[in-house]
Amino acid sequence: MAVFILKRLAQVIPVILGVTLVVFLIMQMVPGDSAVILAGEGASEQTIEDLRESLGLNKPIYVQYFDYIKGVVQGDFGNSLKNGKPVLEEISTRLPITFELAMYSIAITIILGLIAGIVSAIRPYSWLDMSFMVIALLGISLPSFWLGILLMYTFAINLGWLPVAGWESPMHIILPAITLGAGGAAIVARMTRSSMLEVVNQDFIRTAKAKGLKGYVIIFKHALRNAMIPVITVVGLQFGSLLGGTVLVESVFAVNGLGRMIVDAIRTRDLPVVQGGVLVASLIFVFVNLIVDILYRVFNKRIDLN
Amino acid sequence: MEQQKVLEVKNLKTHFFTKEGVSKAVDGVSFYLNKGETIGVVGESGCGKSMTSLSILNLIPSPPGKIVEGEILLHGKNIVGLPQEELRQIRGKKISMIFQEPMTSLNPVITVGEQIAETIRLHEKLPRKQAWDKAVEMLRIVGIPSPEKRAKQEPYQLSGGMRQRVMIAMALACSPDVLIADEPTTALDVTIQAQILEILKDLQQKMGMSIIFITHDLGVVSEMCDKVAVMYAGQVIEEGATEELFEQPLHPYTRGLIDSLPKLYEEQDELQTIEGSVPSPYKYPVGCRYADRCPFARDLCREAQPELIEMAKGRKVRCYQYSEKWNLQESGEL
Amino acid sequence: MGEVQPILEVTNLKQYFYLKKEKLFGEKQIVRAVDDISFQLYEGETLSIVGESGCGKSTTGRSILRLDEPTDGSISLFGENLLEMTQKQLRVARKDIQIIFQDPYASLNPRRTIRQMLTEAMSIQDVVPKEKQEARMIELMQLVGLQPEYLERYPHEFSGGQRQRIGIARALSVNPKIIICDESVSALDVSIQAQILNLLKKLQKELGLTLLFISHDLSVVRHISDRVIVMYLGKIVEIANKKSLFDTPVHPYTRALFSAIPTVEKGQKRERIILKGDVPSPLNPPSGCRFHTRCPFATEQCKQQEPQLVEVKDGHKTACHYWENFL
Repeated sequence: MAVFILKRLAQVIPVILGVTLVVFLIMQMVPGDSAVILAGEGASEQTIEDLRESLGLNKPIYVQYFDYIKGVVQGDFGNSLKNGKPVLEEISTRLPITFELAMYSIAITIILGLIAGIVSAIRPYSWLDMSFMVIALLGISLPSFWLGILLMYTFAINLGWLPVAGWESPMHIILPAITLGAGGAAIVARMTRSSMLEVVNQDFIRTAKAKGLKGYVIIFKHALRNAMIPVITVVGLQFGSLLGGTVLVESVFAVNGLGRMIVDAIRTRDLPVVQGGVLVASLIFVFVNLIVDILYRVFNKRIDLN
Repeated sequence: MEQQKVLEVKNLKTHFFTKEGVSKAVDGVSFYLNKGETIGVVGESGCGKSMTSLSILNLIPSPPGKIVEGEILLHGKNIVGLPQEELRQIRGKKISMIFQEPMTSLNPVITVGEQIAETIRLHEKLPRKQAWDKAVEMLRIVGIPSPEKRAKQEPYQLSGGMRQRVMIAMALACSPDVLIADEPTTALDVTIQAQILEILKDLQQKMGMSIIFITHDLGVVSEMCDKVAVMYAGQVIEEGATEELFEQPLHPYTRGLIDSLPKLYEEQDELQTIEGSVPSPYKYPVGCRYADRCPFARDLCREAQPELIEMAKGRKVRCYQYSEKWNLQESGEL
Repeated sequence: MGEVQPILEVTNLKQYFYLKKEKLFGEKQIVRAVDDISFQLYEGETLSIVGESGCGKSTTGRSILRLDEPTDGSISLFGENLLEMTQKQLRVARKDIQIIFQDPYASLNPRRTIRQMLTEAMSIQDVVPKEKQEARMIELMQLVGLQPEYLERYPHEFSGGQRQRIGIARALSVNPKIIICDESVSALDVSIQAQILNLLKKLQKELGLTLLFISHDLSVVRHISDRVIVMYLGKIVEIANKKSLFDTPVHPYTRALFSAIPTVEKGQKRERIILKGDVPSPLNPPSGCRFHTRCPFATEQCKQQEPQLVEVKDGHKTACHYWENFL
């Protein structure tokens, strides 16, 4: 196991290098010049040139890149081009918000997904199962920004039950969290259902029945634990797409999180902020995947060693 | 003195209702079992022996399977059609089962100790600690070395032979009256099989349970069983005390089966074979189900099904050769 | 037997499998599936390898065909070492050695008819000219007891026994000298098993085949073999002609194995030797004689020193320090 974790941690380095490089290059290719945007309209050529010089934008690209990496290794993500504040500071105020949103969403994903999946698996092909699976199919097919707008329109604007946007009270959390978690919940529900249906046909479930165990003990103690193994992987993958989803959902609901920060920074060509945001997001993603893989191995070792 | 019948299966029919039609996997099976007795149910794949054993505790996959007729009497009381709740009181307590695949029959993510202890807690209402201690004791009884340590392990940490011991410990934890052993040693190596058979015999003597031994292995039957029921195409076609049945098989199928076994202590040039194949359970012939493969079959055999005739006490055969009709036809009177 | 040259000679064959490291500073784990075995296969004979799971019998079969690359040793077919051949040479050599597995269904492509399968086998090895293939196929089907009309059918349309016949037909299609049967009748019901065993015997007689028969079932082995190898944990513990082995098994493992087999035969309920414990893992095989952990007669010497195969009588060899006590 130690070997496995070390190997995986070592893989983080090339991933991070790759991510920063790609973002760096894309930002270079995008039309528009940070210095021009920063200097504001009507600034003189000289002002823009000075700005370029002071920001180091005149250096060759690879030098800029290495300077950046050097900073990152030392914990310096650079300063925002827009307001001059350190990027790390900006991230540290935004990250907790996104983290909170992500946690609520993943909770929705897991709880709704599991309940729907288990209920469907207990009575396969019943009307309850059918309706859950139709809803799940819708949940997978609907893009999250569209679902977000629909929910906002229905519950905030028409019914007025919940606030439209912002991030102030617990009530503000509900709509974005559902929007972000719905797709995952649908996938988890389908996965749980099929995994449970597979498990309940296994020999050890027959053994459990032969012992005279009660129905719910068989489902929750004997079947669910085994059915969870593939579901863990799916939840892990969901966490990844969740991070991507925050970019859209935070914009739709005007939540000042990491995702919205990146979107805004891209709009203003604020390269250091984009870099820093993407870097942190990728680190979280890699880390979560590592945890999922470890969990999976812990659970699955028992079976694979057969 | 009349012996006490622990379990009696009467005219059991378990059919499977599928898209392709009705599969009559078990089609009129009867046998009984006295206290402390072992009956072997033998036959080749598809003969219905496993489905018979699963029917007793109603563990057949349902749908599509269903017991459509017959009775299963436990101490004289019919348990077919009992509500789930009452059936649960019988499963694992009065009648328990061990299965062929010790690899897949244990839950891979629960410790073996817990898998035994949960049965004990359920049926004997013992508190957690005592149930665990009894589980460990059961592991000791079935011959697992350092049972305290093993109880805390999961099945993957145990060998195949060990897992089958765990299954036995689990099945016998609540001292059942009947143990159904469905091909319990088929997946094991012979030296391990010998160990498992020895344990079963030993525990039967100590605990006095009756055993239904389902197997395709005639050698194992002759080793383990007091009496044998031979199954073919969903029915019992011959029954008798083990030694008698193997020394003097009556039914042509039983004879064919014994003759097609390669002998361990004797040279043979060529093996006897049984020509043809087993009829489909979806469409049995009208007459004797073995007639198409039987070297002695006559018109009579293809017209109607032979009954299971009792030749002597406990000695039964389903074949016209032993009926009066056979001789009548021979002398041309029919 | 005089100076008959073996058709296949296996010398000091070793087949190790290396496992991934589990611990950071742990040793690399080695499974010694087959550990230094030698034997000869003579033309026209049936040599069986018998033993329990994990003894290395199937691995040996696979090694001979280089389905797994052997770790060490030599395997010579007509005096040429298979292990030194290039892939191209090996492909030609494989024409002479065919293998039939336990589960023919898994080794038959479900989407190809029997005709397609046989044609393919014959074309790859280029043994039968195109215009003669049709006649050859019909001949093969008759040889294995199947109707030639079945050529157009797919594997799922056949029963287990028939599939095994198809497997045999495919093996025979390239005119092999040697057929390796790896548990080929183990999954079959006894009545079908008897048919296949009879067929193999008949084919061997008619075609002069040499069989290497791998099985865990001693009564089947007795029926089909001329000579028998008994393996335990990657080693040969006894090798003898059939009569000698079955009349006077010498090695304590062989004797325990014999006594463990339940039988319906009259008057043969002899004293059981019940071995204690499980077969140890080939990962860390016991020192000295590998059987010493389960052997009722084991001594200090058995723990320390590995016994060599010695000839105890004509052609009957065993690897036990105390063989003289068991004669």
